Amino acid sequence: MSKKSGKSGKSSENGQSFEASLKRLEQIVESLESGEVPLDKAVELYEEGVQLSKFCGEKLRDTELRLKKLSKDAEGNFEVSDLES
Amino acid sequence: MNTIHEKKVLSVSEITARVKLMLESSFPQVWIQGEISNAKLHTSGHFYFTLKDEGAQISGIMWRSRVANLPFTPEDGMKVIARGSVTVYPPRGNYQLDCVQLQPMGIGELQLAFERLKKKLDEEGLFDPEHKKPIPEYPEHIGVITSVTGAALQDIRSVLSWRLPTLEVIVYPVHVQGVGAAEEIAEAIRDMNRFGGVDVLIVGRGGGSFEDLWAFNEEAVARAIYDSKIPVISAVGHEIDFSIADFVADLRAPTPSAAAELVVRDRSELLDILRNLWYTMQQNLEDRVHGLRERIENLVSSYSFNKPKDLLRQSAQRVDELERSLARSFVHLYKLAAGNHQGIHQRLVSLNPGRVLQRGYAIVRKDGQIMTSSHMLKEGDTAAIQFHDGEVPARVEK
Repeated sequence: MSKKSGKSGKSSENGQSFEASLKRLEQIVESLESGEVPLDKAVELYEEGVQLSKFCGEKLRDTELRLKKLSKDAEGNFEVSDLES
Repeated sequence: MNTIHEKKVLSVSEITARVKLMLESSFPQVWIQGEISNAKLHTSGHFYFTLKDEGAQISGIMWRSRVANLPFTPEDGMKVIARGSVTVYPPRGNYQLDCVQLQPMGIGELQLAFERLKKKLDEEGLFDPEHKKPIPEYPEHIGVITSVTGAALQDIRSVLSWRLPTLEVIVYPVHVQGVGAAEEIAEAIRDMNRFGGVDVLIVGRGGGSFEDLWAFNEEAVARAIYDSKIPVISAVGHEIDFSIADFVADLRAPTPSAAAELVVRDRSELLDILRNLWYTMQQNLEDRVHGLRERIENLVSSYSFNKPKDLLRQSAQRVDELERSLARSFVHLYKLAAGNHQGIHQRLVSLNPGRVLQRGYAIVRKDGQIMTSSHMLKEGDTAAIQFHDGEVPARVEK
Protein backbone atom coordinates (compact mmCIF):
# COMPACT_ATOMS: atom_id res chain seq x y z
CA MET A 1 0.00 0.00 0.00
CA SER A 2 1.57 3.22 -1.07
CA LYS A 3 0.34 6.67 -1.79
CA LYS A 4 2.00 9.24 -3.97
CA SER A 5 2.71 12.81 -3.01
CA GLY A 6 0.04 15.36 -2.37
CA LYS A 7 -2.89 15.41 -0.04
CA SER A 8 -3.78 11.95 0.98
CA GLY A 9 -5.04 10.22 4.00
CA LYS A 10 -6.71 13.41 5.16
CA SER A 11 -9.96 11.56 5.42
CA SER A 12 -10.83 7.94 5.49
CA GLU A 13 -11.72 5.81 2.48
CA ASN A 14 -15.36 6.79 2.26
CA GLY A 15 -14.46 10.46 2.37
CA GLN A 16 -15.71 10.96 5.90
CA SER A 17 -13.37 11.80 8.72
CA PHE A 18 -13.98 10.96 12.33
CA GLU A 19 -13.42 14.54 13.37
CA ALA A 20 -15.80 15.97 10.77
CA SER A 21 -18.44 13.40 11.68
CA LEU A 22 -18.17 14.06 15.39
CA LYS A 23 -18.25 17.81 14.84
CA ARG A 24 -21.37 17.46 12.70
CA LEU A 25 -22.97 15.28 15.35
CA GLU A 26 -22.25 17.92 17.98
CA GLN A 27 -23.81 20.51 15.70
CA ILE A 28 -26.93 18.41 15.26
CA VAL A 29 -27.34 17.90 18.99
CA GLU A 30 -26.87 21.62 19.52
CA SER A 31 -29.55 22.58 17.04
CA LEU A 32 -31.90 19.93 18.42
CA GLU A 33 -31.34 21.34 21.88
CA SER A 34 -32.05 24.88 20.75
CA GLY A 35 -35.60 23.72 20.03
CA GLU A 36 -35.79 26.10 17.11
CA VAL A 37 -35.88 23.42 14.45
CA PRO A 38 -39.30 22.45 13.13
CA LEU A 39 -40.29 18.87 13.87
CA ASP A 40 -39.84 17.38 10.41
CA LYS A 41 -36.37 18.96 10.20
CA ALA A 42 -35.61 17.65 13.67
CA VAL A 43 -36.52 14.13 12.63
CA GLU A 44 -34.28 14.53 9.57
CA LEU A 45 -31.40 15.72 11.77
CA TYR A 46 -31.99 12.91 14.18
CA GLU A 47 -31.71 10.35 11.40
CA GLU A 48 -28.47 11.94 10.19
CA GLY A 49 -27.21 11.94 13.78
CA VAL A 50 -27.94 8.24 14.14
CA GLN A 51 -25.88 7.52 11.00
CA LEU A 52 -23.00 9.70 12.23
CA SER A 53 -22.87 8.20 15.66
CA LYS A 54 -22.95 4.72 14.13
CA PHE A 55 -20.05 5.66 11.84
CA CYS A 56 -18.00 7.14 14.71
CA GLY A 57 -18.70 4.17 16.92
CA GLU A 58 -17.50 1.79 14.21
CA LYS A 59 -14.33 3.83 13.72
CA LEU A 60 -13.59 3.59 17.40
CA ARG A 61 -13.79 -0.18 17.25
CA ASP A 62 -10.68 -0.38 15.03
CA THR A 63 -8.08 -2.29 16.94
CA GLU A 64 -4.82 -1.94 15.06
CA LEU A 65 -2.74 1.19 14.88
CA ARG A 66 -1.62 1.84 11.32
CA LEU A 67 2.06 2.65 11.44
CA LYS A 68 3.43 4.12 8.21
CA LYS A 69 6.63 5.67 7.02
CA LEU A 70 6.97 8.72 4.80
CA SER A 71 9.85 8.73 2.38
CA LYS A 72 10.87 10.97 -0.48
CA ASP A 73 12.38 9.83 -3.75
CA ALA A 74 15.00 11.66 -5.82
CA GLU A 75 12.35 13.72 -7.64
CA GLY A 76 10.89 14.81 -4.34
CA ASN A 77 7.79 12.60 -4.58
CA PHE A 78 6.50 11.30 -1.31
CA GLU A 79 5.67 7.71 -0.62
CA VAL A 80 3.87 6.26 2.34
CA SER A 81 4.71 2.67 3.12
CA ASP A 82 4.22 0.36 6.07
CA LEU A 83 6.85 0.82 8.70
CA GLU A 84 8.57 -2.50 9.25
CA SER A 85 9.13 -2.99 12.91
CA MET B 1 68.12 6.72 -17.06
CA ASN B 2 65.54 9.27 -16.43
CA THR B 3 66.61 12.74 -16.94
CA ILE B 4 64.73 15.61 -15.65
CA HIS B 5 63.95 16.64 -19.20
CA GLU B 6 62.01 13.48 -19.93
CA LYS B 7 59.64 14.14 -17.05
CA LYS B 8 56.55 16.31 -17.24
CA VAL B 9 57.44 19.46 -15.40
CA LEU B 10 54.63 21.38 -13.72
CA SER B 11 54.52 25.01 -12.87
CA VAL B 12 53.67 26.01 -9.32
CA SER B 13 50.35 27.26 -10.53
CA GLU B 14 49.66 24.00 -12.32
CA ILE B 15 50.36 21.83 -9.28
CA THR B 16 48.39 24.17 -7.08
CA ALA B 17 45.45 24.04 -9.47
CA ARG B 18 45.58 20.25 -9.45
CA VAL B 19 45.78 20.09 -5.66
CA LYS B 20 42.93 22.56 -5.44
CA LEU B 21 40.73 20.48 -7.74
CA MET B 22 41.59 17.28 -5.92
CA LEU B 23 41.01 18.64 -2.45
CA GLU B 24 37.94 20.66 -3.16
CA SER B 25 36.17 17.86 -4.99
CA SER B 26 37.05 15.41 -2.23
CA PHE B 27 35.76 17.55 0.63
CA PRO B 28 32.77 19.55 -0.58
CA GLN B 29 31.18 19.21 2.85
CA VAL B 30 32.78 18.02 6.05
CA TRP B 31 32.13 18.26 9.75
CA ILE B 32 35.25 18.79 11.78
CA GLN B 33 35.49 18.61 15.51
CA GLY B 34 38.21 20.55 17.30
CA GLU B 35 39.21 23.33 19.59
CA ILE B 36 39.26 26.93 18.52
CA SER B 37 42.52 28.89 18.72
CA ASN B 38 43.71 32.15 17.19
CA ALA B 39 40.11 33.33 17.02
CA LYS B 40 40.04 36.72 15.35
CA LEU B 41 37.05 38.70 14.22
CA HIS B 42 38.42 40.95 11.45
CA THR B 43 37.17 44.50 11.01
CA SER B 44 35.73 43.32 7.68
CA GLY B 45 33.37 41.14 9.69
CA HIS B 46 34.91 37.87 8.58
CA PHE B 47 35.96 35.48 11.32
CA TYR B 48 39.37 33.82 11.16
CA PHE B 49 40.34 30.95 13.42
CA THR B 50 42.34 27.75 13.72
CA LEU B 51 40.83 24.39 14.59
CA LYS B 52 43.17 22.02 16.32
CA ASP B 53 43.44 18.82 18.27
CA GLU B 54 46.43 17.06 19.84
CA GLY B 55 48.01 16.15 16.54
CA ALA B 56 47.04 18.65 13.86
CA GLN B 57 45.51 21.94 12.95
CA ILE B 58 43.60 23.50 10.11
CA SER B 59 42.92 27.15 9.53
CA GLY B 60 39.39 28.27 8.94
CA ILE B 61 37.44 31.25 7.81
CA MET B 62 33.80 32.13 8.24
CA TRP B 63 32.44 34.86 6.02
CA ARG B 64 30.64 37.84 7.49
CA SER B 65 27.16 36.78 6.32
CA ARG B 66 27.49 33.53 8.24
CA VAL B 67 29.03 35.10 11.31
CA ALA B 68 25.82 37.08 11.75
CA ASN B 69 23.91 33.84 12.28
CA LEU B 70 26.23 32.42 14.92
CA PRO B 71 24.31 31.69 18.09
CA PHE B 72 27.43 32.29 20.18
CA THR B 73 30.78 34.04 20.09
CA PRO B 74 33.54 31.55 19.39
CA GLU B 75 36.51 32.02 21.66
CA ASP B 76 39.88 30.39 22.03
CA GLY B 77 39.70 27.08 23.86
CA MET B 78 36.06 26.34 22.91
CA LYS B 79 35.33 22.88 21.60
CA VAL B 80 33.25 23.12 18.46
CA ILE B 81 31.99 21.23 15.46
CA ALA B 82 32.55 23.13 12.24
CA ARG B 83 30.76 22.44 8.99
CA GLY B 84 32.15 23.58 5.68
CA SER B 85 34.23 22.72 2.66
CA VAL B 86 37.96 22.47 2.22
CA THR B 87 39.29 25.12 -0.14
CA VAL B 88 42.71 25.95 -1.44
CA TYR B 89 44.01 29.50 -1.61
CA PRO B 90 46.61 29.48 -4.39
CA PRO B 91 48.35 32.82 -3.67
CA ARG B 92 49.38 31.50 -0.27
CA GLY B 93 49.62 27.86 -1.25
CA ASN B 94 47.57 26.78 1.73
CA TYR B 95 44.30 25.02 2.33
CA GLN B 96 41.64 26.05 4.77
CA LEU B 97 38.14 25.31 5.96
CA ASP B 98 35.47 27.54 4.46
CA CYS B 99 33.21 27.30 7.47
CA VAL B 100 29.44 27.72 7.05
CA GLN B 101 28.38 26.63 10.50
CA LEU B 102 29.93 26.48 13.93
CA GLN B 103 28.35 24.63 16.77
CA PRO B 104 29.58 24.59 20.34
CA MET B 105 30.31 21.22 21.92
CA GLY B 106 31.17 21.89 25.52
CA ILE B 107 28.30 22.19 27.99
CA GLY B 108 29.22 25.74 28.92
CA GLU B 109 29.30 26.88 25.35
CA LEU B 110 26.08 25.08 24.62
CA GLN B 111 24.33 26.77 27.53
CA LEU B 112 25.56 30.09 26.29
CA ALA B 113 24.46 29.36 22.75
CA PHE B 114 21.08 28.22 24.04
CA GLU B 115 20.49 31.44 25.95
CA ARG B 116 21.63 33.59 23.06
CA LEU B 117 19.43 31.86 20.51
CA LYS B 118 16.49 31.84 22.89
CA LYS B 119 16.83 35.58 23.42
CA LYS B 120 17.23 36.27 19.73
CA LEU B 121 14.21 34.20 18.65
CA ASP B 122 12.12 35.54 21.50
CA GLU B 123 12.85 39.09 20.39
CA GLU B 124 11.98 38.12 16.85
CA GLY B 125 8.60 36.91 18.04
CA LEU B 126 8.99 33.20 17.34
CA PHE B 127 7.61 32.32 20.76
CA ASP B 128 4.57 34.62 20.55
CA PRO B 129 1.45 32.92 21.86
CA GLU B 130 -0.60 34.57 19.11
CA HIS B 131 1.35 32.61 16.54
CA LYS B 132 0.59 29.29 18.12
CA LYS B 133 -1.83 27.13 16.20
CA PRO B 134 -4.53 25.13 17.95
CA ILE B 135 -3.98 21.40 18.15
CA PRO B 136 -6.81 19.60 16.34
CA GLU B 137 -9.28 18.06 18.73
CA TYR B 138 -9.67 14.72 17.00
CA PRO B 139 -6.64 14.15 14.76
CA GLU B 140 -6.66 10.93 12.75
CA HIS B 141 -3.34 11.18 10.95
CA ILE B 142 -0.40 11.92 13.15
CA GLY B 143 3.05 12.74 11.79
CA VAL B 144 6.00 11.78 13.96
CA ILE B 145 9.45 13.13 13.25
CA THR B 146 11.99 11.17 15.20
CA SER B 147 14.47 8.34 14.94
CA VAL B 148 12.97 4.97 13.98
CA THR B 149 15.37 3.27 16.36
CA GLY B 150 14.79 5.58 19.30
CA ALA B 151 12.72 5.08 22.41
CA ALA B 152 10.46 8.00 21.52
CA LEU B 153 8.76 6.18 18.65
CA GLN B 154 8.18 3.06 20.74
CA ASP B 155 6.69 5.17 23.53
CA ILE B 156 4.43 7.08 21.19
CA ARG B 157 3.39 3.89 19.46
CA SER B 158 2.45 2.05 22.60
CA VAL B 159 0.50 4.96 24.05
CA LEU B 160 -1.44 5.45 20.83
CA SER B 161 -2.12 1.74 20.40
CA TRP B 162 -3.52 1.62 23.86
CA ARG B 163 -5.48 4.84 23.79
CA LEU B 164 -6.87 5.03 20.28
CA PRO B 165 -5.82 2.50 17.67
CA THR B 166 -8.11 4.17 15.13
CA LEU B 167 -5.23 6.40 14.14
CA GLU B 168 -2.75 6.40 11.34
CA VAL B 169 0.77 7.29 12.39
CA ILE B 170 3.16 8.45 9.68
CA VAL B 171 6.77 8.43 10.76
CA TYR B 172 9.43 10.52 9.08
CA PRO B 173 12.71 8.91 10.14
CA VAL B 174 15.52 11.33 10.99
CA HIS B 175 18.70 11.37 12.97
CA VAL B 176 18.00 13.15 16.21
CA GLN B 177 21.59 13.79 17.23
CA GLY B 178 24.98 14.27 15.70
CA VAL B 179 26.09 16.55 12.94
CA GLY B 180 23.43 17.44 10.44
CA ALA B 181 20.62 16.20 12.67
CA ALA B 182 19.10 19.66 13.06
CA GLU B 183 19.02 20.21 9.31
CA GLU B 184 17.46 16.79 8.82
CA ILE B 185 14.75 17.52 11.38
CA ALA B 186 14.04 20.92 9.84
CA GLU B 187 13.80 19.40 6.37
CA ALA B 188 11.49 16.68 7.68
CA ILE B 189 9.14 19.32 9.08
CA ARG B 190 9.12 21.11 5.74
CA ASP B 191 8.55 17.81 3.90
CA MET B 192 5.64 16.89 6.14
CA ASN B 193 4.12 20.25 5.24
CA ARG B 194 4.64 19.62 1.54
CA PHE B 195 3.16 16.14 1.94
CA GLY B 196 0.22 17.53 3.87
CA GLY B 197 -1.36 14.21 4.83
CA VAL B 198 -1.19 14.65 8.59
CA ASP B 199 -3.27 16.66 11.05
CA VAL B 200 -0.58 17.28 13.62
CA LEU B 201 3.17 16.74 14.01
CA ILE B 202 5.06 15.35 16.96
CA VAL B 203 8.72 16.31 16.77
CA GLY B 204 11.07 14.92 19.35
CA ARG B 205 13.23 12.23 20.82
CA GLY B 206 13.73 10.33 24.03
CA GLY B 207 15.92 11.42 26.91
CA GLY B 208 19.62 12.10 26.68
CA SER B 209 22.35 14.48 27.72
CA PHE B 210 22.14 18.17 26.99
CA GLU B 211 24.49 17.63 24.05
CA ASP B 212 22.38 14.71 22.79
CA LEU B 213 19.32 16.93 22.71
CA TRP B 214 21.21 19.75 21.08
CA ALA B 215 19.68 19.44 17.59
CA PHE B 216 16.37 20.65 19.06
CA ASN B 217 18.10 23.82 20.21
CA GLU B 218 19.20 24.82 16.76
CA GLU B 219 17.86 27.71 14.82
CA ALA B 220 17.06 25.61 11.72
CA VAL B 221 14.64 23.45 13.72
CA ALA B 222 13.11 26.45 15.45
CA ARG B 223 12.43 28.21 12.16
CA ALA B 224 11.01 25.09 10.51
CA ILE B 225 8.61 24.67 13.44
CA TYR B 226 7.65 28.33 13.28
CA ASP B 227 6.98 28.12 9.54
CA SER B 228 5.02 24.87 9.76
CA LYS B 229 1.39 25.15 8.70
CA ILE B 230 0.70 21.89 10.51
CA PRO B 231 0.50 22.31 14.30
CA VAL B 232 3.66 21.02 15.97
CA ILE B 233 3.94 19.34 19.35
CA SER B 234 7.49 19.22 20.67
CA ALA B 235 8.47 16.21 22.73
CA VAL B 236 12.14 16.40 23.60
CA GLY B 237 13.77 14.34 26.32
CA HIS B 238 12.35 14.34 29.81
CA GLU B 239 10.11 16.63 31.77
CA ILE B 240 13.04 18.74 33.02
CA ASP B 241 14.55 19.27 29.59
CA PHE B 242 13.57 22.48 27.87
CA SER B 243 14.58 22.99 24.27
CA ILE B 244 14.28 25.93 21.90
CA ALA B 245 11.91 23.70 19.92
CA ASP B 246 9.65 23.63 23.00
CA PHE B 247 9.37 27.41 23.02
CA VAL B 248 8.49 27.66 19.34
CA ALA B 249 6.20 24.63 19.16
CA ASP B 250 2.44 25.10 19.28
CA LEU B 251 2.38 22.79 22.26
CA ARG B 252 5.18 21.45 24.44
CA ALA B 253 4.89 17.90 25.68
CA PRO B 254 7.19 16.98 28.55
CA THR B 255 8.00 13.59 26.97
CA PRO B 256 7.16 11.70 23.76
CA SER B 257 4.65 9.53 25.69
CA ALA B 258 3.02 12.66 27.00
CA ALA B 259 2.82 14.01 23.46
CA ALA B 260 0.91 10.92 22.42
CA GLU B 261 -1.41 11.35 25.39
CA LEU B 262 -1.94 15.02 24.64
CA VAL B 263 -2.66 14.51 20.98
CA VAL B 264 -5.44 11.95 21.22
CA ARG B 265 -8.21 11.33 23.64
CA ASP B 266 -8.66 7.97 25.15
CA ARG B 267 -10.99 5.69 23.27
CA SER B 268 -13.23 5.31 26.29
CA GLU B 269 -13.38 9.09 26.58
CA LEU B 270 -14.39 9.35 22.93
CA LEU B 271 -16.97 6.62 23.39
CA ASP B 272 -18.33 8.57 26.35
CA ILE B 273 -18.57 11.71 24.27
CA LEU B 274 -20.32 9.75 21.55
CA ARG B 275 -22.71 8.12 24.00
CA ASN B 276 -23.52 11.46 25.53
CA LEU B 277 -24.25 13.01 22.17
CA TRP B 278 -26.41 10.05 21.22
CA TYR B 279 -28.27 10.15 24.50
CA THR B 280 -28.83 13.89 24.33
CA MET B 281 -30.11 13.58 20.80
CA GLN B 282 -32.39 10.67 21.63
CA GLN B 283 -33.66 12.34 24.79
CA ASN B 284 -34.23 15.58 23.00
CA LEU B 285 -36.35 14.06 20.28
CA GLU B 286 -38.27 11.89 22.72
CA ASP B 287 -38.95 14.91 24.91
CA ARG B 288 -40.08 16.77 21.92
CA VAL B 289 -42.43 14.07 20.68
CA HIS B 290 -43.69 13.62 24.20
CA GLY B 291 -44.24 17.34 24.54
CA LEU B 292 -46.08 17.46 21.26
CA ARG B 293 -48.29 14.56 22.21
CA GLU B 294 -49.15 16.27 25.46
CA ARG B 295 -49.97 19.41 23.60
CA ILE B 296 -52.24 17.55 21.24
CA GLU B 297 -53.96 15.84 24.14
CA ASN B 298 -54.39 19.16 25.87
CA LEU B 299 -55.81 20.63 22.74
CA VAL B 300 -58.21 17.75 22.23
CA SER B 301 -59.57 18.13 25.73
CA SER B 302 -59.44 21.90 25.76
CA TYR B 303 -62.58 24.04 25.91
CA SER B 304 -61.94 25.81 22.67
CA PHE B 305 -61.26 22.64 20.76
CA ASN B 306 -64.48 21.18 22.10
CA LYS B 307 -66.49 24.32 21.58
CA PRO B 308 -67.41 23.54 17.99
CA LYS B 309 -68.60 20.14 19.05
CA ASP B 310 -70.68 21.64 21.79
CA LEU B 311 -71.95 24.27 19.48
CA LEU B 312 -72.88 21.63 17.01
CA ARG B 313 -74.67 19.65 19.64
CA GLN B 314 -76.37 22.75 20.86
CA SER B 315 -77.28 23.66 17.35
CA ALA B 316 -78.63 20.25 16.60
CA GLN B 317 -80.72 20.44 19.69
CA ARG B 318 -81.88 23.85 18.80
CA VAL B 319 -82.76 22.71 15.32
CA ASP B 320 -84.80 19.88 16.75
CA GLU B 321 -86.49 22.23 19.07
CA LEU B 322 -87.14 24.68 16.34
CA GLU B 323 -88.45 21.98 14.13
CA ARG B 324 -90.82 20.84 16.78
CA SER B 325 -91.98 24.26 17.64
CA LEU B 326 -92.23 25.13 14.00
CA ALA B 327 -94.44 22.15 13.40
CA ARG B 328 -96.51 23.09 16.37
CA SER B 329 -96.78 26.65 15.27
CA PHE B 330 -97.75 25.69 11.79
CA VAL B 331 -100.58 23.47 12.91
CA HIS B 332 -101.69 26.11 15.31
CA LEU B 333 -101.55 28.82 12.72
CA TYR B 334 -103.31 26.66 10.23
CA LYS B 335 -106.05 25.85 12.63
CA LEU B 336 -106.21 29.41 13.64
CA ALA B 337 -106.36 30.49 10.02
CA ALA B 338 -108.97 27.90 9.21
CA GLY B 339 -111.06 28.96 12.17
CA ASN B 340 -110.94 32.56 11.12
CA HIS B 341 -111.70 31.83 7.59
CA GLN B 342 -115.42 31.61 8.00
CA GLY B 343 -115.71 34.94 9.73
CA ILE B 344 -113.44 36.63 7.26
CA HIS B 345 -115.43 35.16 4.44
CA GLN B 346 -118.57 36.52 5.93
CA ARG B 347 -117.00 39.86 6.32
CA LEU B 348 -115.70 39.80 2.80
CA VAL B 349 -119.08 38.77 1.52
CA SER B 350 -120.74 41.51 3.45
CA LEU B 351 -118.28 44.01 2.09
CA ASN B 352 -119.03 43.13 -1.53
CA PRO B 353 -120.22 46.42 -3.04
CA GLY B 354 -122.73 44.59 -5.25
CA ARG B 355 -124.69 43.63 -2.17
CA VAL B 356 -124.78 47.20 -1.03
CA LEU B 357 -126.02 48.36 -4.44
CA GLN B 358 -128.79 45.82 -4.26
CA ARG B 359 -129.95 47.53 -1.17
CA GLY B 360 -130.54 50.70 -3.24
CA TYR B 361 -127.23 52.45 -3.16
CA ALA B 362 -125.46 53.65 -6.34
CA ILE B 363 -121.92 54.61 -7.23
CA VAL B 364 -121.19 57.79 -9.15
CA ARG B 365 -118.03 57.81 -11.24
CA LYS B 366 -116.49 60.58 -13.22
CA ASP B 367 -113.78 59.50 -15.64
CA GLY B 368 -113.69 56.13 -13.88
CA GLN B 369 -113.16 57.76 -10.46
CA ILE B 370 -115.63 57.24 -7.68
CA MET B 371 -117.20 60.52 -6.54
CA THR B 372 -117.53 60.44 -2.82
CA SER B 373 -118.64 64.06 -2.37
CA SER B 374 -121.11 66.44 -4.03
CA HIS B 375 -118.30 68.99 -4.29
CA MET B 376 -116.42 66.80 -6.70
CA LEU B 377 -119.01 67.51 -9.41
CA LYS B 378 -119.91 70.74 -11.02
CA GLU B 379 -122.44 71.92 -13.65
CA GLY B 380 -122.01 70.33 -17.06
CA ASP B 381 -119.86 67.38 -15.80
CA THR B 382 -120.73 64.03 -17.20
CA ALA B 383 -120.72 61.06 -14.85
CA ALA B 384 -121.73 57.43 -14.76
CA ILE B 385 -124.09 56.10 -12.14
CA GLN B 386 -123.74 52.42 -11.38
CA PHE B 387 -126.64 50.47 -10.03
CA HIS B 388 -126.53 46.86 -8.98
CA ASP B 389 -127.82 45.79 -12.36
CA GLY B 390 -126.23 48.33 -14.73
CA GLU B 391 -124.85 51.76 -15.43
CA VAL B 392 -126.47 54.92 -16.77
CA PRO B 393 -124.76 58.06 -18.07
CA ALA B 394 -125.69 61.31 -16.35
CA ARG B 395 -125.06 65.06 -16.54
CA VAL B 396 -124.97 67.52 -13.75
CA GLU B 397 -127.49 70.18 -14.44
CA LYS B 398 -127.13 72.61 -11.72
